[in-house]
Amino acid sequence: MPQLLAAFGCGLMFGAGLLISGMTQPDKVLGFLDIFGAWDATLAFVMAGAVIVTGLGFALARRRGTPMLASKLQWPTRHDIDAPLLTGAALFGIGWGLVGLCPGPAIVNLASFSLPVIVFVVAMAVGMLGFELWQQRASMRVAATAASATDG
Amino acid sequence: MHHLTPLSGFLGGALIGLASALLMLLTGRIAGISGIFGGLLPLRATDRGWRLAFIVGLIVAPLLAALGGASLPMPTMPTSYVVIAIAGLLVGVGTRMASGCTSGHGVCGTARLSTRSISATITFMIVAIAVVALTRHLGGS
Repeated sequence: MPQLLAAFGCGLMFGAGLLISGMTQPDKVLGFLDIFGAWDATLAFVMAGAVIVTGLGFALARRRGTPMLASKLQWPTRHDIDAPLLTGAALFGIGWGLVGLCPGPAIVNLASFSLPVIVFVVAMAVGMLGFELWQQRASMRVAATAASATDG
Repeated sequence: MHHLTPLSGFLGGALIGLASALLMLLTGRIAGISGIFGGLLPLRATDRGWRLAFIVGLIVAPLLAALGGASLPMPTMPTSYVVIAIAGLLVGVGTRMASGCTSGHGVCGTARLSTRSISATITFMIVAIAVVALTRHLGGS
């Protein structure tokens, strides 16, 4: 229960940060990406504020060693730069550039009850599910070939 | 036409950072929205409780602000539902394939000085800038 409350509070604060920063407005995000137009550098200030505070908090978390409400700190373990990382980032970049919404602001904007936002979030969920399904199939194929190889 | 809002941008960003820092300090989790949301979907569902709580928090934020007198967000979206659906699909597939988005790679990964996350961030920034250049300055409209 304390973990759930903490997660809810962090989501609330994260959403408030997105709203205050203006990053829930797609045209403000597109204004940052539009470096050949009337460039709006706000997103750079948002990133600076977020990265500095996150960095300080993470340093504190590392010093403490364990989180307050869970058994361990779950840091990402991968360091490799592989094709799926860059291909996925590029695909995400296309979608982000087309509409100006990334997952966080898209979810916060669900509160606008606007149909275009709902369509975007549903399509995003379908994309995520589709990718998982495709990956499960691919790993089953690999397992099947490996099994037939050992059989033969 | 939009204007630079550096102060609210920096303060809002700092609040995003505080939320990300607290999620790690309290629950030991990375505040990556695509990962948190993706983990709620079938096929991949693991410990749904905290994920759902975080996502509900995101949606409640503008509703609480509206109770306090602020207006609900009114995002400007493209008029074409085809464009919106394609963009949503690409964001979904891309963020799962790259295991992260603007929050997980862009904020948390950059704060950890992870070269993997910084590479992803530079990639999606450059591609998104190119897409906006194409649609706004070369494709007409």
